[in-house]
Amino acid sequence: MDILVTILMICGLVFLTGGTVGILRFPDFYSRLQPAGKLDTLGTLLLMGAFAIYNLHHFTLPNVLTSLKIMLVVVFIFLSSPTAVHAIVDAGMRAGLMPWFKGSKRR
Amino acid sequence: MDQVFLYCALYIGMLMLLSLYRGAFGPTVPDRLIGVNAIGSKTVVLLILIGLLYERVDMFVDISLAYALLNFIAVLAASKYFQKRKGLYEE
Repeated sequence: MDILVTILMICGLVFLTGGTVGILRFPDFYSRLQPAGKLDTLGTLLLMGAFAIYNLHHFTLPNVLTSLKIMLVVVFIFLSSPTAVHAIVDAGMRAGLMPWFKGSKRR
Repeated sequence: MDQVFLYCALYIGMLMLLSLYRGAFGPTVPDRLIGVNAIGSKTVVLLILIGLLYERVDMFVDISLAYALLNFIAVLAASKYFQKRKGLYEE
């Protein structure tokens, strides 16, 4: 069980690292939103799944309820994180920020 | 297993510091919003890790759910505010 939890946590940390590197290194604002929206959500799912499995090692009713609540947080993040990213894109588009083209300056 | 959780929490803290660079020095205002959103979504994970380290997950999971709600509402409100303002030029 501990090995499964550790493997899931390492996979989640790899995804979170990819998201952070993408946020730091992509050339413009619209392309930076992609790692912020996708990789953080998937890394959160893997890490929270690892915590929910680890929380079940004493199989009692309060522990099962706590694990269900952790998965509820994951469901909420899956709904809210892409919505927040979409709102940020909308704000950028309406404010008239131009996307990055090949050959222009990195921002 | 506590050791693994501790190092995982330290690594997530390091990733949050790296995201803080984009929040502090981002060239435009939505860049800063991206950095703040990334830090907030990592904080939700970090709160449950703290709960596992202190063995009070049942309390910390409520805190992290409330923090996820607050983070979502804060980003929505900030992006709605900057939608109306036309001042998102590069600094």
